[in-house]
Amino acid sequence: MKTIDLAESSIRELNQALHDQATECTEREWEVLNPKGQHNIACGLDQNLAVDIQGHAGYFCAGMNKKAHVVVHGNVGQGVAENMMSGTVRVKGDASQAAGATAHGGLLVIEGNAGARCGISMKGVDIVVKGSIGHMSCFMGQSGSLVVCGDAGEALGDSMYEVHIYVKGEVKSLGADCIEKEMRAEHIEELTDLLNRAGVDEDPASFKRYGSARQLYNFKVDNASAY
Amino acid sequence: MSNDINVNPGLRESATFDRTTMAEIRRAADSGIYDIRGFGAKRKLPHFDDLLFLGASMSRYPLEGYREKCNTQVTLGTRFAKKPIVIETPVTIAGMSFGALSANAKEALGRGASMVGTTTTTGDGGMTPEERGQSSKLVYQYLPSRYGMNPDDLRKADAIEVVLGQGAKPGGGGMLLGQKITDRVAQMRTLPKGIDQRSACRHPDWTGPDDLAIKIQELREITDWQVPIYIKVGATRTYYDVKLAVKAGADVIVVDGMQGGTAATQDVFIEHVGIPTLAAIPQAVQALQEMGMHRKVQLIVSGGIRNGADVAKCMALGADAVAIGTAALVALGCNDPKYSEDYEKIGSAAGFYDDYQEGKDPAGISTQDPELAKRLDPEDGGRRLANYLRVLTLEAQTLARACGKNDLRNLEPEDLVALTVESAAMARVPLAGTTWVPGQSF
Repeated sequence: MKTIDLAESSIRELNQALHDQATECTEREWEVLNPKGQHNIACGLDQNLAVDIQGHAGYFCAGMNKKAHVVVHGNVGQGVAENMMSGTVRVKGDASQAAGATAHGGLLVIEGNAGARCGISMKGVDIVVKGSIGHMSCFMGQSGSLVVCGDAGEALGDSMYEVHIYVKGEVKSLGADCIEKEMRAEHIEELTDLLNRAGVDEDPASFKRYGSARQLYNFKVDNASAY
Repeated sequence: MSNDINVNPGLRESATFDRTTMAEIRRAADSGIYDIRGFGAKRKLPHFDDLLFLGASMSRYPLEGYREKCNTQVTLGTRFAKKPIVIETPVTIAGMSFGALSANAKEALGRGASMVGTTTTTGDGGMTPEERGQSSKLVYQYLPSRYGMNPDDLRKADAIEVVLGQGAKPGGGGMLLGQKITDRVAQMRTLPKGIDQRSACRHPDWTGPDDLAIKIQELREITDWQVPIYIKVGATRTYYDVKLAVKAGADVIVVDGMQGGTAATQDVFIEHVGIPTLAAIPQAVQALQEMGMHRKVQLIVSGGIRNGADVAKCMALGADAVAIGTAALVALGCNDPKYSEDYEKIGSAAGFYDDYQEGKDPAGISTQDPELAKRLDPEDGGRRLANYLRVLTLEAQTLARACGKNDLRNLEPEDLVALTVESAAMARVPLAGTTWVPGQSF
């Protein structure tokens, strides 16, 4: 295992060392010490690495991640795993706003709570939150799944497209064009798989499913108030 | 007012409720939804035609055309990037998306730009292999929608342009109506086929200039600080926006005036939001000068640039380069009278066509219809664009030499005068024949 102490090395030095593994992988296991909330830790990774960040991380931690498996042993700031393509990112604590924003693939697990706009414009990622999520989550979400074991804030799934949303707790309100949908066998199967991959012990049958009513997909005069 | 030969001269058309206005009222009453169209602002605005150059005579001396060199090469992104971009002409191609434009049109833009050694730019839909393959210098736009955004393409780019807005719709997001969301466009954008796609107007994971500074640092980290990072803004509060963009860490700032085009936006947005390009440039230059960053952070100006005179005037006002969009499409064949019959069939006319959102472009440019798209041969289009870019460059050089300048960037506001009070005030140059700069002297 290679250890980089951010009390002694810069973010640039850390990221360059991790990026260098994309061309020739000489070390798969990495540990990052003293992150102390710094921004842009372990972003742009492109190799099957295991990266453990021992502490809190700032904005855009593991941004645009590909292939790598990143664990943050603390809280994260805005935009964790934004635009992730593949791999996994696990946050042991809480996540700030826009967790998993626009992410195309991979699995993001937040063991605590996530702030506002969790999964905004998500494009294929799977997000599992053990706690609750803030308002406007999954706004304009396009594809993928969002699982919330706690509660969801106001305007969940506003103007969303084809994301599958599963919430166990209360939903304060649904956003424009987001509706509760029937939980069929294939959804129980999908949710079971998501919970298993995230390592979360919950009963899939206790969740409700939400998705798009698809009434805003094309401009209609009758929907003028929603535009 | 009626200038039509066949209309009784005794009839008087209202200047307030003219025929265009009344037609729009009827259209709104019929449909119940706002008018969506492409192109840029069509209203008459103070523009570069309102400025003139003071050629050399007794007090200045000119350079000899064709014999004495006038440099047109510009380097962009000298502030932080390890690999700044060198362009051979200061005329670049503005961001236009695959989706809004056909793949052939995007390829033609890349070919034309590459032939003259300048950049072309992706748009709200990601990077296509055709475009990357044919563009020797490609700027990759980073937009609120993040359609098609991925780190592999990011690392293939020669520069990254963080788009905060565009001149046609500052404060608004993009649109791409269902008829243009084909299988390929839908797949690239991760959207259901055939929907009326609306892009967000704000970035999803940052808010304000302090966050933007961190976002820019993230993009630099992902690309190992190799390529320049631009910030593009629609011209509104340009003085403040430019200062904040510099503070956020931009290498290059792109200011797009309200004449800048779009593929699809509400007409009310295009005509009523933003400021003219002419008014934006001095604000941007003032902001850069006050921060000691003029020429260190390069300024690209776009919005209604049509000829070499416009290019030269932008540079005289302090821009380092310009970008063209609408003019490039016209060079490819947009609104060409050779398609007059086809324009009439869809209720338009050559020279007036702006319904890019419908995807029925007879010239095969703003369409995803494979049969229409075939009308544009990308190699021929590329040659036409390259010819046009060369003419713009030659014209700008001609004017610079006449002012005694051996580099386009040596042109200066002192070389200009204005024909109207409005343009003098906006461009901050004297009214022709006077020393009066409205707003700055009495």
